[in-house]
Order: sequence, then C-alpha cells, then structure tokens
Amino acid sequence: MGEITVHALKNVDFELFEGEMTVLLGASGSGKSTLLNIIGGLDVASSGDVIYRDQNLHEFSDRALTDYRRAHVGFVFQFYNLISSLTAKENVALVTDIASDPMSPIEALALVGLEDRVNHFPSQLSGGEQQRVAIARAIAKRPSILLCDEPTGALDAETGKLVLSVLDQVNCQTQTTTAIITHNASIGALGDVVVRMSSGEIAERIENTSRANVDDIEW
Amino acid sequence: MSALNMKLLRELWKLKGQVASIALVVAAGIMSIVTMRGSYESLVTAQQQFYRESRFADVWVSLVRAPEGLRVNLESIEGIDAVDTRVTFFATLDLDDSGIPAQGRFISLPEIGRPVLNDIMLRQGRYIAVGAIDEVIVSENFARARNYLPGDSIRVVINGRSRDLDIVGIAISAEHTYAVPPGALYPEDERYGIFWASRETLGPAFNMDGAFNEAFVTLTPDANIDAVIESIDALLRPYGGLGAYPRRDQPSHLILQAELDQNRVTGAIIPIIFLGVAVFLLYLVLGRLISTQRGEIAVLKAFGYSDWEVGGHFLLFAVVAVLLGGLIGLVGGIQLGDAYIEMYAQYFNLPNLEYLPSAGLLFFAFISCALGAFGGAIAAVRRAVLLPPAEAMRPEAPARFEPGIIEKLGVGKLLGATGRMVLRNVTRKPVQGFFSSLGIALSVAILTVGFFMFDSVNHMMDLQFRHIQREDLALTFREILPETVRYDLANLQGVSRVETYRIVPARLRFGHREDEVVIQGMELNAELRRIINADNREVPVPATGIVLSAVLADRLMVSSGDELIVEMLEGKRKIAKLLVSGVIEDFLGVSAYMNKQALWQLSGEANVISGAFLAVDALSLDDIHRQLKQIPAVTGVASPATMLQSFEEQLAQGILIAAGFLLGFACIIAVGVIYNGARISLSERGRELASLRVMGFHRSEVAWLLLGEQGTITLLAIPLGWLIGYSLSYAIATGLQTDIYRIPFVAEPRTYLLSAVLIVLAAIASGWVVRRRLDRIDLVEVLKTRE
Repeated sequence: MGEITVHALKNVDFELFEGEMTVLLGASGSGKSTLLNIIGGLDVASSGDVIYRDQNLHEFSDRALTDYRRAHVGFVFQFYNLISSLTAKENVALVTDIASDPMSPIEALALVGLEDRVNHFPSQLSGGEQQRVAIARAIAKRPSILLCDEPTGALDAETGKLVLSVLDQVNCQTQTTTAIITHNASIGALGDVVVRMSSGEIAERIENTSRANVDDIEW
Repeated sequence: MSALNMKLLRELWKLKGQVASIALVVAAGIMSIVTMRGSYESLVTAQQQFYRESRFADVWVSLVRAPEGLRVNLESIEGIDAVDTRVTFFATLDLDDSGIPAQGRFISLPEIGRPVLNDIMLRQGRYIAVGAIDEVIVSENFARARNYLPGDSIRVVINGRSRDLDIVGIAISAEHTYAVPPGALYPEDERYGIFWASRETLGPAFNMDGAFNEAFVTLTPDANIDAVIESIDALLRPYGGLGAYPRRDQPSHLILQAELDQNRVTGAIIPIIFLGVAVFLLYLVLGRLISTQRGEIAVLKAFGYSDWEVGGHFLLFAVVAVLLGGLIGLVGGIQLGDAYIEMYAQYFNLPNLEYLPSAGLLFFAFISCALGAFGGAIAAVRRAVLLPPAEAMRPEAPARFEPGIIEKLGVGKLLGATGRMVLRNVTRKPVQGFFSSLGIALSVAILTVGFFMFDSVNHMMDLQFRHIQREDLALTFREILPETVRYDLANLQGVSRVETYRIVPARLRFGHREDEVVIQGMELNAELRRIINADNREVPVPATGIVLSAVLADRLMVSSGDELIVEMLEGKRKIAKLLVSGVIEDFLGVSAYMNKQALWQLSGEANVISGAFLAVDALSLDDIHRQLKQIPAVTGVASPATMLQSFEEQLAQGILIAAGFLLGFACIIAVGVIYNGARISLSERGRELASLRVMGFHRSEVAWLLLGEQGTITLLAIPLGWLIGYSLSYAIATGLQTDIYRIPFVAEPRTYLLSAVLIVLAAIASGWVVRRRLDRIDLVEVLKTRE
C-alpha cells in the first residue's frame, strides 16, 4: 500500500480576537480538533503560519511550544483529564505552581462555584464537578487563550449547561479569549463568533450581534 | 490462525520488552538451578566415582614407626575390611630457578602391584618400574604449574642428601584433590607437590626399611567407626600413633566436602529468590494487561467465548514468557555450568569431573520455574475469568485516593504537587509497592551477600597474614631439635629475630568428649607469631594452662577455668591435667596454644623445638633460602608473604568472575521489577502524564513524576536489601562454619555502598528506557480516547 496524504485542514484563514468567545462547530472529522490542537501548540501544521501576538508558532521548537502552552494556553478536555491522585485544589495548584502570575487555586475554584469541594479527590466528584475543576485548572494561570475541546461531550444536558454557564461567566469576568469546540449547533448561540467547519475547511463564519443566555439555548 | 491468537501475537509484540524481562527472570531462575545444582551433582558424582575407583580409605593414622608385621594385627581388628600401609615424608625440592622454597610430600608405592587403598590415577606416563629406585610420579597440578613432563628429572633433598629423580608419570589422587601444603591454607601448586616413589626408594632413605609410618583402612558396612578408631589407637600407641582420624577429617576431603555443602546451600537459596520475583512480575504485568482489556474481555465473553478460552488466552502470555525463559535458562545454565565446573577443576583435581546435568534436573528446573510463574499468572488471570461480562463492559472505576498515614503526619505539606502524586501513587497500592521493593531489595541483597563473602575472606587473610603470621619465614624441622638451634639460626646472615616453637599432637578430653589437636607451644612475649582473636586483639600467652579456639571449646563443651585431661600423642605420651586458661574467638583452624616452657613440662621433653619463625632482612632473603636448603633438618620453609600473594592473585580473579555473575543476576531482577513497574505506571497514567504535558509541563518534569515512583520504591528497597543481605550473610557465616574454619561476619561499608550504587544504576537504566517511551507519547491521541 502506498502512502496517501490526507489534509486534515486546508485553506484555513482564521483569527481569534482578544476577549471574544468563539465557537467552532463541525461534525466529527471536519478538522475542528486539529485546528484547536494547532492553536494550542499540541500539533504543528505541515505548512502555513500560526501567529500569536507577532510570534509564529510554526517556527517554534518542541520546547518553545511547551513554554507557550505553559504560559499562555488553558485547556479543557472532553474527559476532564484530572490527576486522580490529587484533590481539586491540588489539581489546580499543579498549574499555578508553574505559572508566573496565577490566581490562587481557591479563587479559581470559587470562580467555578466549587469552593466547598476543594479537598475532594476526582473519584469523589461528579462528572460536572470534575469538568468545573478542569475549567478552574485551565483559567487559574490567567491564560491568554482558553481552548475547550467538547467540554460538554461527556455530560448530560443539565450538567452541560452548568459547565457552559461557567465558561460564559469566566469569559465575561476575565476577558479571556475562549474557543469552544462542539458538534452541538445550539451552543453556537453562546459565542461572539461561530465558525462552522466542514471537510477541513471553514465553511462559514458568523458574528452574533448578541450572545444568548445559557438557559435559553435548546440542547 | 484464529483471531484470538492473532491478538495474542500482536500484543506480545507490543509488550515485547516486558515479556523479555520476565523471560530473563525465569531464565535466571532456571539457570541458577541448572548451574548450581547441576555442578553440585557433577562434583558429587565425580567425587564418589573417584573415591570408589581409588579405593579411598575410611580411617587414617600416622605414627612414628611400626614394623610391617603389625599390618596383620590391624587387619584382625573387628570392623576393618582392608588395610594398607606406607611410608610418607616431607622433603625440600631443590628447584634452582627461584629462591622460593618448595616442598614435596613423598608417598611410597608398593614395590609390586598397586596400593590396596588410596590408589593413584595415572594421567600421563607410566607406573614406577619394579626395582627402579630413582623413579618418581608427580602430582598433576604441580607438574602443570612447573611444566614437568614424564622424562624430566627433578632434584630433591631427601634426608639431607641431594638426589636426582626421574619423573616417569603424572598422577592424581583422591587424597589430594585439594592439595594444601602443611601450614598453608590454600593450594600453592608452584611450591608444593605430591611425589610417589617406590617403597624401596623411600624406605631406606628415611630409615623405614620394613616399617611404615602411615596406615589406613576401609571399614565393613556394619563397622562401628568409633570402636575401630579406639582399637587402632590402642594398637599403635606403643609405635608412636598420632591418633586415627575418620575420612571427614581428611584434609582434602574436608575442604571438598565444605565446598560441596556450600554449593548445596546457595544452590537452594538463589533459585527461590528468582522464582519469587518471576511469580510477582507475571502477576503484575498480566494483571495490568487484563485491567486495560476489560472491554475486550467483555466483548469476547458476550460473543460466547468461555471463561476457559478467555483465561487460556491470557495465560498464553505466561506460556510464551516461560518457554522463552526456559530455553534461555536451560541453554545458558548448561553453558554456565560448564564454565563453573571448569573453574572447580582448577582447584579440585577430580578425574571425570564433567558438567553433566541429569535430564531429571533439567526437567525439575524447568517445571519448578514454570509452575511458579504460572502461579503468578493464574492469580492475575482469575480476575479476568471471574469478571461478569456486563461489569466488564463498564470502564473500571477511577482509582480512589486519599491522603495516607504518611501525609496525615504532615509530610505532604513538605512536598510539592509532584511529590504528593508520587507519594499517593506509592501508598495507594501498598502491597504492590512492597513486593516491588522486596524484589529490588533481593537484588541488593544478592550483591551484598556476594561482596560480603569477599570481605570475609579478605578480613580472614588480613588477620592471618598481617597480624598473626608476622614472620618472614616459618621453618619446620624434620624431627625435634634442641632449643640451642635458635642461636645457629640467629647467626645466619640477615636474620634479625628468631622465635622457636614446639608442637605436640595431643588428645584433649573433657568428660566423655575428646578431640585430637596439635598443641602449639609459643614463646612468651613473642612478636612474630602471636595469638590474635577475632577482634584483632592480641591475647597474651598464659604462663600455665591452655588457650583454645572457641570452635574447639564448643566441641569439648569447656570454658575458661575448666580442667581438661590431656594425653600427649608423641614422645613419652604423658597424660596430665590441664587448666583451660582462655578461649579465643578465631577463624582458622582448631587451635590450642600454650607457653613453650609449660608444654615442655607437660610433655616431659625439655628444650626441644619443632620449628622456628624468622624475621629477616628482605635483601638477604634469597641468600637465606640458599643457606636453609643446605640444612637437612629443615624440611619446610614457608613464607606468609608469598602465600598471601598467591592467594590474593587467585582471589582477585575469583572476585571478578563472581562479581560479574552476581551483578548480572541482580540486574536481571532489578531491571525486571523497575522496568515493568515503570511501564505499568506509564500505561495506567499515560493520560495524566499527557495532560500535564498539554498544560505546559516539560518532558523532564513529567518523567520525574513517572520515575519518581520507581525511584522511591528503589530507595526504600535499598535499606531493606541491606537488612536482608546482612541477615543472609549472617546465616551463611554461621551455616558454613566447619570444623576447620569459621567465616568472619564482616561487611565493609564499601559493600553496602557498592550494592546500592549498582542497583541505582540499574534503576536509572530501566528508567531511561521507559522515559524514551514517555517522550514518544502522542499527546493528542491519548487525550482523545477514554481509558
């Protein structure tokens, strides 16, 4: 069998603006995760440029990418990815320990409404609570950019909404540039900008005049 | 090939590192059995065959001189099957190539026919011709060390007369499988040889025409050996009998037997260690494999595969590891056994000594290791088999953590997040952590025990040659000489100090217990030869009474202040009471010391000596050797310095070989435990580690987290290993105590340090391999999938 080159992304020209919340919509295989990984410095595009505040990530070494993630990027994953041997507070502290100007872990957990659960281990928390700890962990270092990959994907509607309202609130309060990946079109209403992706290309870019309230969206 | 077997093959390939490390542990276990037990069996077989073929005697007795006619009286003692007699003497060898003194033990062979007992085995050349009085057969080790071949001749000083003897043959004998010169501890093949000559040659030379000075017998199957010895002693007392002794006290047999016993003990302990580790590793690795494959197990069961088929599938991993390990172990064990026996052949001169492991042994080694390994595997596979399909479908519940006791004590606060993760991961599975630590501890222990053996031997040699034997030369006289000889010796050019000694064989009796010893009469305020106890402290020679080795005192069940009955076995054979004035802890020999004057009084022979110790000027050493060769009465000249040198040369070689094996074995265990532990942590916590990388942790930071756990386990293992090593060494030191020596229980700090450092290096190497794997983790892939 010969090698076949498959382009996960092509002709992508795309900007994230400070303080805005962007929702990336697309079916699975549309390339939205690849895009997010490239923005987050987890993956490198085979060609093209990724400019972050005048620096080209495309030219970064592996170590520089790690430093970039360490200083500027917050990640929230579909499966939370908390460290099971650390409590909620310690999971957050894991990031604040290596950040230059973090908030305190308690402050971050208070922002997501978990000030009463700080000493619980992941196995003692519900899925929604675990995802909120993950959000607190991601925002505690005051990242320039918060990337959320299907943050509600493993949650039921009720809990998913709670998590989204936390993200919404964090974005408004901290003015952190936020990108949320989802295949759930109704979540698009929450963003300042909605980018629809299909077959590795940007199919559509919509700027919402006003952001919807989490309680108003249909799941 | 069935789909299930295809899965097996692919997963085996994925886990090849782990399968290989388990196979190596299994191989080491089998290898240790095949090598150690196999050589033990080969040695025993060779020993027994040699004893049988040479008609090895059961009881020996030396005496001053008895007429050949007495042989009939010996034959008539009840319980004796066969009797043989001979003439035997020590003589100086005149080897003009070096100044080093050399000595020969001359043993007579019958004029016609072969010895009835203790026959020799010719390796080269021929037997002595009838009537030939200048022919001699020499021992193989001596001939090899000196490059003698049949046809060469050798100059010997017999009874003061220099004679050239023709070497016609080269032989070995069961009495000298381990040939140690008198007064030495170790074979010195360059300087000590056995010489067999016709009785017609030796008899007249030593005034032993028609007489003998050594006899030995074999016993009938129903004989009472104590009664036989008693009868022999009674018969030979008028002829200067020095006390009959059984085979177990025969010097060469004693050492060979001690070596065999040691082999048997270590051959049993070491395989058990490997077996334990193999069981644990298979349990660990298969257990992990099964918990990552819960989903697959559920699907297999849901599709209708039976518990047996599922269990069998996972057991096949163990089968592959065991078969692979078995093959390596059997082949490697046979190779190593060959090398091991070859090494033995350098020390013990046994004919037909060949490494021949029995089929039964190979089968036993394989089966015992396989059963052990399967035991571990079955315990792990049981979990897969018992898992109900519906439950197996669900992902395993997330690991539960809580702050452990250590953290509750406040240690946690001192640690960063990384430290806490390491600590909690170690304490979450205390049993697994303990066994991992135990495994590594055992490899530390193997090294500690190995190095301990060398420390002990070194200590013993240091004590013997630097503290006890401080003379430059030790002279042995052919017969007792007057004390005034000391002035002649002192007059030799270059001699700076002379101390004389008297030794008398004697029987010590306390209650119904008795023992034969050689009482050493030492000078008061001696400087060259002193009594030194195990703590390196000098024990002054008492003016009266006797000082005994602790081993001897134990056997007689006497202590300081008790009164012994002493029966002199030489000269006037006086019997007297004697006070035990001290017991000393020493390592070598079963010693009994007295003041020389007190011994003269006890034996009734005043002012006679058996030999002398000299301190000499190093520059005159060669000259003194030349002069001593001219003195017929001096039959032995021993030099502690050359003895030590020859010993240290052989020891250094032995250390390298043994340390290499021990290190190899210890590393197999340490790497097996650490590598598998780290691999399992990596598979259990890959997602966590990948998350950390995504959050901006550098590779090295994440590696610390993963390897910190193995590091902690290794560090905990080291003191545990020292403790086990210390206890095992103690057990070995006590267990190997024989009638002739005790092993000092000393371990230098270096031993502990070295064993720890080597294991830490093995740990770092295993960690490095796993770290490379960690570096290759696909972050995106790991985060996307649900465990």
